[in-house]
Amino acid sequence: MSNLKRLGLHDLHVELGGKMVPFAGYEMPVQYPAGVMKEHLHTRSAAGLFDVSHMGQVILRPKRGMEALCLGFEALMPVDVLGLVEGRQRYGLFTNETGGILDDLMFANRGDHLFVVVNAACKEADVAHLRAHLGDVAEVEFLADRALIALQGPGAEAALAALVPDVAAMRFMDVGIFLWQGATLWVSRSGYTGEDGFEVSVPEAGAEGFVRALLGQDRVAPIGLGARDSLRLEAGLCLYGHDIDTTTSPVEAGLTWAIQKARRAGGARAGGFAGAPRILQELADGPERCRVGLRPEGRAPMREGVELFATDGTPLGKITSGGFGPSVEAPVAMGYVPASYAKTGTVIEGELRGKRLPLTVAEMPFHPTTYKR
Amino acid sequence: MKYTEEHEWLRIEGDLVVVGITEHAATQLGDVVFVELPETETVVAAGDEVVVIESVKAASDILAPVDGEIVAVNAKLVDNPGLVNEDPTGSAWFFKMKVDDLDVLDQFMDEDEYNDLIG
Repeated sequence: MSNLKRLGLHDLHVELGGKMVPFAGYEMPVQYPAGVMKEHLHTRSAAGLFDVSHMGQVILRPKRGMEALCLGFEALMPVDVLGLVEGRQRYGLFTNETGGILDDLMFANRGDHLFVVVNAACKEADVAHLRAHLGDVAEVEFLADRALIALQGPGAEAALAALVPDVAAMRFMDVGIFLWQGATLWVSRSGYTGEDGFEVSVPEAGAEGFVRALLGQDRVAPIGLGARDSLRLEAGLCLYGHDIDTTTSPVEAGLTWAIQKARRAGGARAGGFAGAPRILQELADGPERCRVGLRPEGRAPMREGVELFATDGTPLGKITSGGFGPSVEAPVAMGYVPASYAKTGTVIEGELRGKRLPLTVAEMPFHPTTYKR
Repeated sequence: MKYTEEHEWLRIEGDLVVVGITEHAATQLGDVVFVELPETETVVAAGDEVVVIESVKAASDILAPVDGEIVAVNAKLVDNPGLVNEDPTGSAWFFKMKVDDLDVLDQFMDEDEYNDLIG
């Protein structure tokens, strides 16, 4: 794994027994000795700690005022940036000219600048994209010296509040800056597991002490990428490069909740983003295909790549994410099907080892979310 | 007990060969969530895929170690796939085979040789 980058906390993961595998150019812990199933269930019942420092952290600092920056950022996403108030975070998507998705991200208004977190595999391209399009309105600062730690689950609030009591007052998608033992913590009440929890950006110098202070609490266990994937799948959340990519539009992907009124037809700043013709048309007329939740019958997981068919044999699409849901105690999946097959309860088939087996289109999330709204 | 390079263990029980996977294999697979067993009375050739195992991480197969006939399968694994992780070398056997000549097992590794393989 010589050409792979290492996380700042690499040695700690090895000490904890993490099994390190290549992911998005990094050596990442895929699981610890407890294993994927126990790690998943621990996150749902107590608190799981995830090192997501491979993700890209970017600050957009305005050159000509926040309004110009927000409007510039809005040209890259079908999302209301200007309407996001200070101290709040929002989900966003960079779209391309054909209405596909270049990356999905979180961005926060921190008063005099925006803080953005993007996917690891896309971060170089995202920074180039931001510099190319926002050069007149923003300084694009890529932060390479901060770890990013997610703390997720019903015990997350108590675990983080043991170090920083004030975080208990935060609501879902609030952001704040807190001081802990000389380290400046950038905290958001969010995550990607469907659970209440936090993501904390911490300077690399203070990261090990911070993580050890959390792991020192009985309720907190380290969780690898394996359980991160099963948790987000049960929560119905998209994984970039799998469930969404440059060919899928936000409307097909069922991410219309991320497109606020202001950017839709008739809104104050309708359109004006990359791919607007397709996206606005799909909002008006409905998309041709839709990302749906799927519940395979029986216990056999159906994973990414499994081909989907109508019961009459018509090819429909493919599974984009799938596996066994430890909290659902059954296999769960998501994939794309034509809109006429997207209704909850529709029975279709997936081809597994040469056999066509039934799946039912199902509501997502597969496991109820517990965000602290 | 004999061992294959595919991380199966083979145990002689009367005139039958009992087949399971090693603790090393079970650990590598991770939590097993699904097991598909063959029909009994299936005649198989060495190398045939006879069992499908799905863990939280991935799907994998168990191959027939030798030519023979499947005469029994462990149906408990279908309802409780986690047994493969809990007791891989004991109650979590997968199938029993009838073979022409038990000497066919001589080709496989003994415990020391297998332990050398997995280092």
